[in-house]
Amino acid sequence: MNRFEKFTGIVAAIDRPNIDTDAIIPKQYLKSIKRSGFGVNLFDDWRYLDPGEPGQDHSQRRINPQFVLNREPYRHAQILLARENFACGSSREHAVWALMDFGIRVVIAPSFADIFYNNSFKNGLLPITLGGVRVDQLFAELDGRRDYQLNVDLERQVVTNTDGIEMAFEIDEFRKYCLLNGLDDIGLTMQKSDLITSFELQYYQKLPWLK
Amino acid sequence: MTGKTLYDKIWDLHQVHGDDDASALLYIDRHLVHEVTSPQAFEGLEIAQRPLWRKRSILAVPDHNVPTTGLEQGITDPVARLQVDTLNVNCDKYELTEFKMGDIRQGIVHVIGPEQGATLPGMTVVCGDSHTSTHGAFAALAFGIGTSEVEHVMATQCLIQKKSKNMRVTVTGAVAEGITAKDIVLHIIGEIGTAGGTGCTIEFAGEAITDLSMEGRMTVCNMTIEAGARAGLIACDQTTLAYIEGRPFAPSGETWDQAVEAWSDLHSDEDAIFDREVVIDAADIAPQVTWGTSPEMVCAVSDRIPDPAREPDPIRAGGMRAALDYMGLEANATFDEVRVDKIFIGSCTNSRIEDLRAAAIVLKGRKLADNVKLAMVVPGSGLIKQQAEEEGLDRVFLTAGFEWREPGCSMCLGMNADRLEPGERCASTSNRNFEGRQGQGGRTHLVSPAMAAAAAVKGYFVDVRRLTRGEA
Repeated sequence: MNRFEKFTGIVAAIDRPNIDTDAIIPKQYLKSIKRSGFGVNLFDDWRYLDPGEPGQDHSQRRINPQFVLNREPYRHAQILLARENFACGSSREHAVWALMDFGIRVVIAPSFADIFYNNSFKNGLLPITLGGVRVDQLFAELDGRRDYQLNVDLERQVVTNTDGIEMAFEIDEFRKYCLLNGLDDIGLTMQKSDLITSFELQYYQKLPWLK
Repeated sequence: MTGKTLYDKIWDLHQVHGDDDASALLYIDRHLVHEVTSPQAFEGLEIAQRPLWRKRSILAVPDHNVPTTGLEQGITDPVARLQVDTLNVNCDKYELTEFKMGDIRQGIVHVIGPEQGATLPGMTVVCGDSHTSTHGAFAALAFGIGTSEVEHVMATQCLIQKKSKNMRVTVTGAVAEGITAKDIVLHIIGEIGTAGGTGCTIEFAGEAITDLSMEGRMTVCNMTIEAGARAGLIACDQTTLAYIEGRPFAPSGETWDQAVEAWSDLHSDEDAIFDREVVIDAADIAPQVTWGTSPEMVCAVSDRIPDPAREPDPIRAGGMRAALDYMGLEANATFDEVRVDKIFIGSCTNSRIEDLRAAAIVLKGRKLADNVKLAMVVPGSGLIKQQAEEEGLDRVFLTAGFEWREPGCSMCLGMNADRLEPGERCASTSNRNFEGRQGQGGRTHLVSPAMAAAAAVKGYFVDVRRLTRGEA
């Protein structure tokens, strides 16, 4: 996993609550056995006017010119702004893979579904929780401005707008540490394998029916 | 010292390491695996050359992609076939227990775990599927994980977890006759919202919950994720023990007695403190139908479809308008004006034997309405299908005009050929009514199996109790 560096990126907004992972990446694309290539089908039902299937040439499909990610400059967005309960529903990590494959590195919302929130950190995607009022403000600032960008600084835990106004966000220390250093947490856990082995010894003595 | 909640107890029992609750190492007892969220995890292990920590913790089954008709032809979709073949190859290579297609024990992962006794009280159970919350019905801490976490459990038998908050939903009193577990859980989601349990583990309690059979309890816990909580829990009691005893993976003899002794502690202490408490009166629960594109958009079948003009919050009102537009519904309409095209009885929420019986009682001696193009029953497992056939339920469904299919996830998410066409409206016993969930442009109304059967014979939504009382 790459280290999460400070960056300034274009912000695309989707103004609806409860965007589910079925919307982020529809089920037909989950048949892939790979982790890559999902970006072209991110928000597939909203991005295209005709139905799509895995394996087809998606550049030949009819795109929905109204949808934000089909418009300039948002085709190059690195930050997504959304409403409450972002990425609820299915546990599919393909939702994170699709966002990242498209180029999204940060999602800002007032709240996230728990499984998606977890999955994000495993892949270097940063979900930033900001208060509802802050998010309202960002939607208002972004409205009608094509050049709207935000700077994200994970080290300092702040998002800065083009006027230099900073918005602080909270993040768990361990997750921050892993993102900043690009650490694979399986590797970290494996360093504790002696602890796991000794836990098991006691555990199965106490609960022999699970052995 | 104050008492512990059931969640606290299971958490403490499994904490391998970690002084704080922010990033504890949690031991995992049971890992359920299916074809969609595992291939990339197996590949990750192989690339890093990491062995599997505890093979016997894994129970694997293909379910999302399997066809529900024409099994003799195998899977005709080559992309889906590759995914199922990949699961088979991986399970064979690592010598894991897998119920392959054609095995009578094959079925939906959350149905077969409990059916086999592979889900036991006090366990931690994970699966790369959000409906893993189902297994919480057994007082097991069960939650869905992503593929990276699937790989993490395979390699280390542990997960790095942040402890959730404790929430309790108590449903007091007994439900009225004809009200099912599905109505209870849809009503709860309608009350607390789809993000009402975010960051929490929800324990369900109260007479209406303890009165439920294990199958009903599984339906309730299954949909906990639709209330935003990764895990739902119900305390272990005699109903739990009676269900588990004698199942293939369950302990027996002396170890059974030992286990039962230990499981007697699997309830919240009386003086345990919850971060959030919600109390619901069972008497308020009527048969439920969803009208929108989120499970919280739900009401009683006797209610009118809500009017966004009466919603004070502008964002919510906007969401309601978008949902009604997608669903092709008018505000203030009644449900008997809502005509259905398809009926789906199945999914990890409602495909167990009691669900099929409940639908069959309504369908006996009745026929599909003319406007219903397709009605299908997809049993949760091969064993359930077999039992239903022994009871003659298949004949009831077939005589009524239903199709009797092979087990799998089917039209709950439409990864296989079973899906809605654009604009089609479905009465479905599944768990998600998201836009496009059952097929692009498809319109899903979530209901109980009895309510789905009632919609099948009337062609529109009706209170099933009117039908069974002979009033409709």
